[in-house]
Amino acid sequence: MTTVAPTTTQRLEVRGDADVVRVRQLVRGVAQEARLSLVVQTKLVTAASELARNTLVHGGGGHVTVELVTEGARTGVRAVFADDGPGIADLDLALTDGWTSGGGLGLGLSGSRRLVERFSIDSAPGAGTRVEIVTWSR
Amino acid sequence: MSDAIPILKIGSTLLVSIQVDLQDTTALRLQEDLAERITTTGARGVIIDISGLEIVDSFIGRMLATVAAISQVLDARTVVVGMRPAVAITLVELGLSLGGARTALDVDRGLALLESDDTPSAGATLLDAAKRRAR
Repeated sequence: MTTVAPTTTQRLEVRGDADVVRVRQLVRGVAQEARLSLVVQTKLVTAASELARNTLVHGGGGHVTVELVTEGARTGVRAVFADDGPGIADLDLALTDGWTSGGGLGLGLSGSRRLVERFSIDSAPGAGTRVEIVTWSR
Repeated sequence: MSDAIPILKIGSTLLVSIQVDLQDTTALRLQEDLAERITTTGARGVIIDISGLEIVDSFIGRMLATVAAISQVLDARTVVVGMRPAVAITLVELGLSLGGARTALDVDRGLALLESDDTPSAGATLLDAAKRRAR
């Protein structure tokens, strides 16, 4: 990785339903600042919505940080979703299309990974979950 | 508490236009309200206008598919109209389908789709005739 310099960092707590909407709005705002195209923005905001809901529903709440990042001439958005919930025992399984721990469609993690450029997840049983996504302007 | 989304009745069609950034609880409430209104009004069709939605994630997508399934059980058809192009592209990449919900580009085309459904087919006509004889 070359130098990725965050210019602004914003943080939101995810404790309820309305916070998921706030995360979407925050990510959209930063995506516009980063001059992402409408389709790329829409993909990023959709991924953020899935991940924020995971933080709430599976992680029992947590927080999201959103940053405008630059690398050379291009700008992008980095978002990190973190919770201190039960964590994920089998990451490969959790990233499989259609696999769900209950109730959902099983597209939250696997689907959001397809919607962004960079996706990394860090989780272990009892250690919470941290998902980082990055998308760049063209 | 989230606000309810208004449901308008036009003839035998229920029309919903979602103009807010949809919270999960609001989506669930709309699902229940629509089921209720279909049964109380005997509506034959439901049009859900999502032109105001900037995103459709898996939760909202599932709500739309569920409304379509519920309406089908209640003898009504659901048409989702006004999806933005960027939303359509994202939905496909997310891997989400809207289940039994039909789609149309706008409300006009959605209404036309429902009207063409209402044209009695030969089967329905025979069934209606049988029902009349039974009375």
